[in-house]
Parts: sequence; C-alpha cells; structure tokens
Amino acid sequence: MQALLEVSLAIERNEFVSIVGPSGCGKSTLLRLIAGLIGVSSGRVAIDGAAVDGPRRDIGVVFQAPTLLPWANVLDNVLFPLKILHRLAPGSPDKARELLRLVGLSDFERKMPSELSGGMQQRTSICRALITDPDILLMDEPFGALDALTREEMSLELLRIWQEQPKTIFFVTHSVPEAVLLADRVCVMTARPGRIIEIIDVPLPRPRSYEQESLQEFQNCAKRIRQHIFGDAAASARTGAA
Amino acid sequence: MLPLLAVLILGVAWEGAVLVFEIPVYMFPALSVIWSEFLTNVGLVAGHTVATLGTVMGGFALSIAISVPLAVLIASSPLMANAIYPLLVLTQSVPKVALAPILVVVLGAGEVPRLVVTFLVAFFPLVTSLATGLLTTPADLIELGRSYKATWWQELVRIRFPSSVPFMFNGLKLAITFAVVGATVGEFVAADKGLGYQIMAATAFFNTPAAFGALVILSLLGIVLFQAVVIIEKVFFSWSTPMEADLQ
Repeated sequence: MQALLEVSLAIERNEFVSIVGPSGCGKSTLLRLIAGLIGVSSGRVAIDGAAVDGPRRDIGVVFQAPTLLPWANVLDNVLFPLKILHRLAPGSPDKARELLRLVGLSDFERKMPSELSGGMQQRTSICRALITDPDILLMDEPFGALDALTREEMSLELLRIWQEQPKTIFFVTHSVPEAVLLADRVCVMTARPGRIIEIIDVPLPRPRSYEQESLQEFQNCAKRIRQHIFGDAAASARTGAA
Repeated sequence: MLPLLAVLILGVAWEGAVLVFEIPVYMFPALSVIWSEFLTNVGLVAGHTVATLGTVMGGFALSIAISVPLAVLIASSPLMANAIYPLLVLTQSVPKVALAPILVVVLGAGEVPRLVVTFLVAFFPLVTSLATGLLTTPADLIELGRSYKATWWQELVRIRFPSSVPFMFNGLKLAITFAVVGATVGEFVAADKGLGYQIMAATAFFNTPAAFGALVILSLLGIVLFQAVVIIEKVFFSWSTPMEADLQ
C-alpha cells in the first residue's frame, strides 16, 4: 500500500518545521523515513547530501508515547542511548542531570517511570533524545497524550530548549495552534494519498508565546491550514466558533 | 487466619477418625504417629531431604541453562519457533514416569537420570513463558533501540530480557514446583537416598508413617522453594511487580 504520494520538502539547518494533517495522512511515516526506521520505496531522503539508509547517530527521536524503560530510573533512561552507542563517559551522568534540570526534573533522577506523571515521562524522553547532542530532533506528536495545559507548557519549554541548543526540529502534530506557534514553517498534509499540500511560512516574531494567538498573522496561518484540511466552508465555521 | 483454622480442623478430624475407626497404622497412621516417627529418625530424614534438594536444584539449574537459549532461539524467528515447538510438545507428551526407567538404562544408575527427569518435568513452562516474554516486548521499545542502531545482542540484553522478567519469573515459579515432582519421580525409579526413595523403601515394609513423613516434607520443600523464588523477584526485581501489589 502506498502511504505517501509525492512529497518534496527541504529543511534548513536549525529550522523548526511543523507537520500538521489529519490522521492517516502519513505524517508519522514521513518522520520514520527521515529517521531511517523504514526505507523509501521510491525517491530519496538525504541529510547533508547523504542518503538516509538507516538510523543515524545525529538524529534524536521523540515518540508519541514516552517509551521509557519501565525497569530503569529516570537518569538511566536518559543515559540509555549512550549505553547503546557505547558513548557512556564519566561526564555523561552530569550531562543528563543538566538536561533534566532544563526540563524541571532535577529532583526526579532516581524515580521510576511509573512514579511520574505523563508530562514528566515525556520530559524524560525529550532529555533522552537530547543526550546524544543530535543535530536533528524528530518529534512524533510528542505532546499528543498530554492534557491541554501541560501541552502548552511543554511546547513553550521545547522552544526554550531549542533557543538554548539550536537544532533542526521536525515536529509532527495534530494541533493547528501548536504547529503555528512553534514553527518557522508549517507543512500541511492531506490524507489518501498522503501528500504535502502547502508549506506555510509563519511570520511571527520570536520568542513566541501563546498571547500571539490573537495576532492577525497567527489567525491567517491557522485559517489557511484549516482550509486545506477541512475545506473552505468548514474552516470559516470553525474559526468563527473559536 | 481462616486457612490456619481449616488446617487445624483437618488435623483434628484426621487424628480423631484414625482413633475412632481404629484404622491400622500401616494403612493410615495418625498425625501423632507420623510426628513421633519423624522425630525418632530426624537425622535420616534430613539426609534424604538434602539429597532431594540437591536433585531439585540441579534439575532447576539445568532447566534454566537450557531454557534461556532455547527461548531466545524460539523468539528469534517464526521458522525457529515452528521447528522447536513440536519437539518441545513431544517431550511434554511423553509420560516422565514411563521414561524414567528407560533413562536409567540409557544413562546409568547415577544422579544423571534423576537430573534429566527433573529437567524434563520442569523446563517446559520456563521456555514457553520466557519465549512469550521475549516475543511480547513492546514494539515501541524495540523501535527505540533500532533508532539508536542497537545490535541484535544489545536489543536482547538491554530491552528484550529486562522486559521479559515478569514472564520469566512466572516460568521460574512453575519450574521450581515441577522440579520437586521431577526429582521425586527420578528417585522412585533409581536412587539409594532422597525423599522419593524413602517413600518407596518405607512403603515396601509397610512403614506408612515414615512414607507420610517424607510426603509432608516434599510438600513443604515445594512451598518453601516457591516462596524463595517469589522473594527473589520481590527483592531484586521489584519494578516487575506492579506498585499496587505493594500497597495492598
């Protein structure tokens, strides 16, 4: 079965790109292609000019579920990639602690995943993705399972991390406001067959905040995305309701 | 409290029935007779217990040593699973009591046939539960490993094995219980010591109290070893038992 039709997307270094689209449009498939977790049937995925033929060490992936090892504490979970990559160094635990501090989990390094809330688990998994200093961060609906308030808080936290440690971020989401608020550019995808229908530049100044939701530029971007996903009439009805 | 009361009532009924109906001691001894027989021969019984315990632990260790690689093989591919499972089922469908005398002929009348019988009785649940654990490792954890290019060995040791620990302990609990059965069967057929041997020797001379004594100790042995496995799981692998279980 063909999950994706023609998809053409070039991402700049240290750019923040959101992918938004309905379920089944192939957002996650696109992410897994870039991650090298699955192969392309035709076409080409390349990073810095080199074709992707398998998982790469300069990529960190944050999955929709936190996917923490239930038998390991927070610190060991963050260090897990280094163990697998044989890159565990004497300074690694301190580096992990630094990342945990960045996401507000300083006092939790000895806790087991089952003792954490959903938001804290996802923060841990973001630290895990950052521990290898990846140039590229692929995020597959990372905040999808969180409640609305935690979600806003986490997206702002992500922007702060991105500001401190610039990297290329590919952010898959279901949420139109989240996509607009975070990204430099938003790729809108549609389903059956999955394809990118438009790439929208977000002209909002940084640092971003949720107050910008009321700005006209934000509204325009969100409306344009909804038009692609729901059709013209439905989109204006939704904007009116909001 | 209630189980203790039930055991107490059973004991009183046992003792009373033997007295009231004047049942001969070689047919069905009273608890008090079993107890005094045990006390007079306590050194002998201890020796038999140690011998049986040795066979049980040896067969149990053999089960672990063979089950782990076997489970890894089964989990490695559907082809392997299809090749190995019928053989496993075959070993389980052969009645071990019938096999034991043949094993004595083939392997000689030493400790080896007893260990093999114990292993044959005990290993099956360990293999199947461990294989199930390895195969039902959450797919997202496997994908996490793949995204860091984990090797086959790393995936096995760092993800699949730890994730299988609750399954493995289920298998170990069954295996240790069955190992007691297996060791007893082995001792029935060819042994000069052990609790199974004591039962055969005692019943041959209608020393029924001694046979009952051995029976009680075998049961206790099974319970104690089972609980030992439970405690090892709780102490060293507490993450594998759900938090709720500790709260109750």
